[in-house]
Amino acid sequence: MSPQPFRTPAGGLIDRAKPFGFSFDGRRLEGYEGDTLASALLANGVRLVGRSFKYHRPRGILSAGSEEPNALVELRSGARREPNTRATTAELFDGLEAASQNRWPSLDFDLLSVNSLFGSALAAGFYYKTFMWPAAFWERVYEPLIRRAAGLGRAAVAADPDHYEKAFAFCDVLVIGGGPAGLSAALSAGRAGARVILCDEDFALGGRLLSDRRMIGGRPAADWLAATLAELESMPDMRLMRRSTVFGVYDHGVYGVVERVSDHLPTPPPFQPRQRSWRITAKRAILAAGAIERPVVFAGNDTPGVMLAGAVRSYVNRFGVLPGREAVLFTTGDDGWTTARDLADAGARVVAIVDARAEIDAGLRALAERIGARLVTGAVVESAHGGKALRGISVRNAAGHHVEMACDLLAVSNGWNPTLHLTSHQNTRPVWDATIAAFVPGAMPPGLVAAGSAAGRFRLEQALDGGARLGAEAAAECGHGRGAGTTDRTADDEGLPATPVWRVSGGSGRKRGKAFVDFQNDVTDFDIELSAREGFRAVEHLKRYTTLGMATDQGKTSNVSGLALMAEQTGKLIPDTGTTIFRPPYTPVAIGALGGHHRGRDFRPTRISPTHAWSERQGAVFIESGAWIRAQYYPQPGERDWLETVNREVLAVRAGVGVCDVSTLGKIDLQGRDVGVFLDRVYCNTWSTLPIGKARYGLMLREDGFVMDDGTTSRLADDHYLMTTTTANAGKVMQHLEFCHQVLWPELDVRMVSVSERWAQAAIAGPRSRDVLRGVVDGQHDISDDAFPYLAAREVTVGGGIPARLFRISFSGERAFELAVPSGFGDAMMQAIMASGRDYGITPYGLEALGVLRIEKGHVAGSELNGQTTARDLGLGKMMSSKKDYIGRLMATRPALVEAERPTLAGFRPVDASQRLRAGAHFLGLGQPASIENDEGHMTSTAYSPHLRSWIGLGRIRNGATRIGERVRAYDPVRNGDVVVEICNPVFFDPEGARLHG
Amino acid sequence: MRIDCPHCGSRDVQEFIYLRDAGPRRPDGMAATLAEMHVYLHERDNPAGRHRELWYHGSGCRAWLVVTRDTRTHAVFAVEALPASVESAST
Ligand SMILES: [Zn+2]
Repeated sequence: MSPQPFRTPAGGLIDRAKPFGFSFDGRRLEGYEGDTLASALLANGVRLVGRSFKYHRPRGILSAGSEEPNALVELRSGARREPNTRATTAELFDGLEAASQNRWPSLDFDLLSVNSLFGSALAAGFYYKTFMWPAAFWERVYEPLIRRAAGLGRAAVAADPDHYEKAFAFCDVLVIGGGPAGLSAALSAGRAGARVILCDEDFALGGRLLSDRRMIGGRPAADWLAATLAELESMPDMRLMRRSTVFGVYDHGVYGVVERVSDHLPTPPPFQPRQRSWRITAKRAILAAGAIERPVVFAGNDTPGVMLAGAVRSYVNRFGVLPGREAVLFTTGDDGWTTARDLADAGARVVAIVDARAEIDAGLRALAERIGARLVTGAVVESAHGGKALRGISVRNAAGHHVEMACDLLAVSNGWNPTLHLTSHQNTRPVWDATIAAFVPGAMPPGLVAAGSAAGRFRLEQALDGGARLGAEAAAECGHGRGAGTTDRTADDEGLPATPVWRVSGGSGRKRGKAFVDFQNDVTDFDIELSAREGFRAVEHLKRYTTLGMATDQGKTSNVSGLALMAEQTGKLIPDTGTTIFRPPYTPVAIGALGGHHRGRDFRPTRISPTHAWSERQGAVFIESGAWIRAQYYPQPGERDWLETVNREVLAVRAGVGVCDVSTLGKIDLQGRDVGVFLDRVYCNTWSTLPIGKARYGLMLREDGFVMDDGTTSRLADDHYLMTTTTANAGKVMQHLEFCHQVLWPELDVRMVSVSERWAQAAIAGPRSRDVLRGVVDGQHDISDDAFPYLAAREVTVGGGIPARLFRISFSGERAFELAVPSGFGDAMMQAIMASGRDYGITPYGLEALGVLRIEKGHVAGSELNGQTTARDLGLGKMMSSKKDYIGRLMATRPALVEAERPTLAGFRPVDASQRLRAGAHFLGLGQPASIENDEGHMTSTAYSPHLRSWIGLGRIRNGATRIGERVRAYDPVRNGDVVVEICNPVFFDPEGARLHG
Repeated sequence: MRIDCPHCGSRDVQEFIYLRDAGPRRPDGMAATLAEMHVYLHERDNPAGRHRELWYHGSGCRAWLVVTRDTRTHAVFAVEALPASVESAST
């Protein structure tokens, strides 16, 4: 026997010189380049490819495209394992591993197919009815049971080793679909000079022309296709995107596209992603997505071997595969007859043609005679049987008699539904066209039009003409003229359209076997009857009650049949029954493709300080702080843990001098005549009185009265100020200031720009800080205590003329300076500070020590400025000016924000100094039970103070300022903390501030 | 969605940040009352249809813009630069 027993001896668009080995459920098989997994399986005689979702029914391949509801498989293995992939679109490659899913223990012998026998228990609404009660049973019993029995495939457990990327493109005309209509549209738009992008989900362009034996201009359609593709490829502004699905239509001509860059390869080539998600912005778009053939609902219509007639032509003509050797055609129109012809020509025996119509064309009768097929008109297929592979059918003829026929393939042709999904992504609804018995696009998203079969114009000539016309119109709307060149668009005749048969009832009641409407979600005609009987007749109720159309295929092959059956039940017409609209994505899109590179550490950009390399050379341990990577502490050899290191750094600052990078602070440069007035309005304290050469601490409120941010702002010249913000709020404050200026007070003469990344900045803190700086700042600048006192701020030079800014400000409470130089000099500045400080034992300190120093001084930071605190809450109420208007002034006076009971800032020390404090602990009165009513506030920041030899904390507690000396519980059940603490002044160290002035 | 910034041209909505209805004017000055401020901050219409609103082109020119948009369809009728549009709106 040949290795591919169902492969035709010749023909098709596969490359027989390139055999590919692949496996299915561990079985070694062979196919060719140009195959899909489905065509290769059929070539090998594999019919049974999966088990259904609910009943575990044996299922085969129904279609040859992305509408496939049955043939969902797992591809690849290990970390690359991908469930729920349609075998009909998976491109074969050498070494492909595929496995069936949703079966246990094996595909051939599935224990859970007993679900099928208890079908009535699993009918429509079974979730709602069965699992309503008792609630606890749901979690413990039902859900695990359902998870085991149902579900679709298994996701990989390990992280995906491939990468994905995002891309953006712009064009005049986007053509969606590369069949005859789409190619015609691209051709005419391209000839007019438009920038065109054409996307098709298939790996080969041509659409139905790849599968149907058609003539264009008196020659085989393949010639037209080759000539058209050659011309398109030669156009400079034409991008042809194969393997690319347009999955969504968004506002203003934005289209979501996923390009399967490497899905057809064992692993992506170097530097190539697995998939790429595109956001394409198009001035005009033409939907030329074709149509989807519809099944007929009859008993056993899901038996492997029952297949859509158009799909059969795809397998025969495109892939050189006979999906069966003994075939019957069941058709309701002339279109299906070409399937019988092509099957016979390819060597299959066409046992019979069952045409539901009483009258058919004489030419068709002659065809039946030529291929030796028994012709039964006015007849329907009532049931198919065979279990795991089709063995025969029962036909009911015009006289009502049953005729049994043996066959291994039943091709079903019942007309086509336009692939109009994208037209409803903007909430516009399709409309019913009785002449073709199908929904066609109704109102459309702006800029989008439909051509060819997607518009319900199914004939090849209509596709070619409509595409060409709409392509030219779209180009003209984008400002391009008419293009040169003509094409003969006459096509061969294609007979009469289908007169659809939605359902073949008959048979013997419920015993006749299940007739499926929605194959993927196992919804039967009985379920729809039940839904109608129980009152769920509106389309949206029908969908939810039966799950019709709610599987991953969004009902591509089932929605219209489902509506037709509901119409039959309710005695209405289909358009009066309703329609459903579709949502993105058209076919499932991997989350990885949508995320692109934004995963793990690359979820957002990482920012590093201009002194980062210097810190690395000092052996710093780094920590993520918002988007920044900051030096946390600088361990020395022999230190046992981080706390020992941080204690050393803290003590060194207060005893001598330390240096710390503060480049991450937000810095906003403000210039103009009215900056002082502007600052008066955005800060709650007064600014117009700030002298040149001075810095001041500022507190900024939101308009609702809560604190927004704090920082120091310096006046460098009459009309030139420099604001600093907290690291975390830099962007938000900039946006706020732009709002205040542009929207609220555009009359003020103020200009501002963020200079956060232009300056590297270091804090030099400790009693010896001035001595260190003396060796860094150029000699002509006097930085003595008299000439440069606390809160001085001036432009200076360093290193022999490098511009710099020097501020005498202090977060640590020590005599301290901050020195800023242009970013590129950041590393040199740190080296110069270290060199100058060597004699004074200068110590680099990190974010942890910075935190300890500020908590010892009771300075508030991010944990206290959390968006829920007022200036009063933080003990800064006196900063709020009563003499001027500013953002937040009025709202801060609301009764709830000024009530005495509000938790306010205080310090906390454990009564037993050996006990550790934790931020997040809640305060309770001594002896009070831990309940919400007894909650008095919480600890916001804690640190170990080597000066006090104790843990210390800042927090907010009711009436904090009036309760100094009182003891409360700091209760932290999450970490088993329950510590008695004493409320104290939040300034733990040097409360008089004597050290500031040196 | 795309917004046609008067300074930068047509840009993706990802570059912009929405703030609020462009109508309310802040009651400036020491004479303003808490009641007026409450109206300014909290009272909003929620129209189904045309809406003048403030957008910030944060990833572009940093201009605050007044975008007139249909809240049902996202159709954009006008994009105006400040401060001219605010002044014209107040007259
Ligand atoms: Zn802009």
